[in-house]
Amino acid sequence: MATDVMATPVAATGGKIKSELMQQRVRAARWFLLPMLIALAVVAGWPLLRSIYFSFTDASLNNIDGAEWIGFGNYFRVQQLASGAVRYRGLLVDADWWNAVWNTLRFAATSVFFEAVLGMVVALVLNAEFKGRGIVRAAILIPWAIPTIVSAKMWSWMLNDQFGILNDLGMRLGLLSQKVAWTATAETAMQAVLVVDIWKTTPFMALLILAGLQMVPKDIYEAAEIDGVHPIKQFFRITLPLVRPALMVAIIFRLLDALRIFDLIYVLTPNSSATKTMSVLARENLFDFDKFAYGSAMSTLLFLIIAILTIVYIWLGKVRFDGGDR
Amino acid sequence: MASIELRNIRKAFGAVEVIKGVDLEVRKGEFMVFVGPSGCGKSTLLRLISGLEDITSGEMLFDGKVVNALAPSKRGIAMVFQSYALYPHMTVYENMAFGLTLEKGHSKDEIQQRVERAADMLQIRQYLDRLPKQLSGGQRQRVAIGRAITRDPKVFLFDEPLSNLDAALRVATRIEIAKLHESMDHVTMIYVTHDQVEAMTLADRICVLRDGLVEQVGTPMELYEHPNSVFVAGFIGSPKMNFISGEKAAAFNAETVGIRGEHITIVPDNGTWSGTVIHTENLGADSYVYLEMGTEEPVVVRLDGANDYKSGDVVHIAPMEDKIHRFDGAGKPIR
Repeated sequence: MATDVMATPVAATGGKIKSELMQQRVRAARWFLLPMLIALAVVAGWPLLRSIYFSFTDASLNNIDGAEWIGFGNYFRVQQLASGAVRYRGLLVDADWWNAVWNTLRFAATSVFFEAVLGMVVALVLNAEFKGRGIVRAAILIPWAIPTIVSAKMWSWMLNDQFGILNDLGMRLGLLSQKVAWTATAETAMQAVLVVDIWKTTPFMALLILAGLQMVPKDIYEAAEIDGVHPIKQFFRITLPLVRPALMVAIIFRLLDALRIFDLIYVLTPNSSATKTMSVLARENLFDFDKFAYGSAMSTLLFLIIAILTIVYIWLGKVRFDGGDR
Repeated sequence: MASIELRNIRKAFGAVEVIKGVDLEVRKGEFMVFVGPSGCGKSTLLRLISGLEDITSGEMLFDGKVVNALAPSKRGIAMVFQSYALYPHMTVYENMAFGLTLEKGHSKDEIQQRVERAADMLQIRQYLDRLPKQLSGGQRQRVAIGRAITRDPKVFLFDEPLSNLDAALRVATRIEIAKLHESMDHVTMIYVTHDQVEAMTLADRICVLRDGLVEQVGTPMELYEHPNSVFVAGFIGSPKMNFISGEKAAAFNAETVGIRGEHITIVPDNGTWSGTVIHTENLGADSYVYLEMGTEEPVVVRLDGANDYKSGDVVHIAPMEDKIHRFDGAGKPIR
């Protein structure tokens, strides 16, 4: 916490009163930003624009270059059958798509909620002083450090209906009356994915929150001690408001990640409509079904949905990215 | 109103003993200053009194009752921290009212009255809506003091409250704290500082600490006039007392003699001692002449007004006989 800073220096917005030094700094800043902007434009901007473009064409994998503009057809079109019946087609009336949207939102909300709560608990524990804290801090990061493909495969074996250790344990301890196909059963597939994701990314959340916690000066807890503030009140009235900026940024990182979840679901529960997310469905259409344009339309909508959710979150949550103490 | 008694208090952090058996009584309504060099344990002692640290052994009594295990909030204390320790996300008003809003039995009106009364005392009423980061260091420290006043404590604890302020502000805030003590004469105040000027100007009594032990307790003038040891003699008073040992001290039947700069006069000849001027400092109202005369540190003579001695001048000096402090080999005074 920068207690010595009286107020953030006001940037010279007048334009005319910019000193030579300021101009020089602005010029330098632009040059430093340029390489990153170019890289972003090449690896993110161009593919994004291409995807959006393809979503308005009839492109297929065999004929990408010969794609022709068809307007909003991939999103919505009215089709008159030979029988005279009217059918609505396109992504906006595709039940599979909306199922995937619902799956994604459900997954994102649930996983980020539990990760935030558990991450906070872990961070509070790691922020306390105890022997061997360094080792515990390092150990807790392991799930996050393992590549998702590896941990997903590992869990898929653990969750295996015939040979998985979880079923074995459950049977031996008498918790299960019969073996459960965790990842294949529609009712449990989403839970299985959520458990693995929470297990994997709670450390990341904890780490970001821990960084926020360490910014909170210790002496105010002593002041609170003298004020007679109960530890639980200390958490809600002092700790939480002060780590809120870090927590909000951590949540937004995780939300962005969760909304485009792909690898975990692709490995753990392939082709299950109970868990299929927007990213999984888009990839399936793009490459497996050779509906390149249709998949592009999905990607475009996915992009829009994430963008809108993020903007709403930043706006409602009054998130500030400068990490300032409000 | 509370008197505080410390009985053979000890505090160890692991194997390191920081407070090594302190016996001390702080009287009701008294302004007691703990002073000593860094690492002497003065802040730790204050934290033991506040209850923020547990006592390793010994007894702590508030008004005759043992409070060793009592939580800080139940001791009737308020504390002002060196770093202010304001809640950064709360306004000045919320900072000052926070403790009261959590205690049961205070109406909103009462809380507001108490906060505003404290704010008026410290002239921070116009800042009540601001956040701490919108205030200067001096204003923040006043808010911290205001928060303490609002608690209406029996004991007021200050942990080096002025050390983060600049020199001018330090003097101004020092005077405010002195006034505060006058206006709250029923409140016992304990103040920790390493600055002997703060100790001299604020204290009813000073407790000089050294290496986790009490070196001497007394009024500022007692310590100035009758220091109990070479350490206290050297610590209290500015400029530092001159110490002369060896043959020159033997002439006074002492291992070491101490004489303050203001108790030495420069004489034309036949002085007790003589030395060579190595440096002079003119402060306007008074001036210091540093003399080289074979002692460990140069002897400082304080003169009224300016002087025009130059480096290399040889001068004769005479100490005022009745102001000479004689110490034995153990650093204890010979009386």
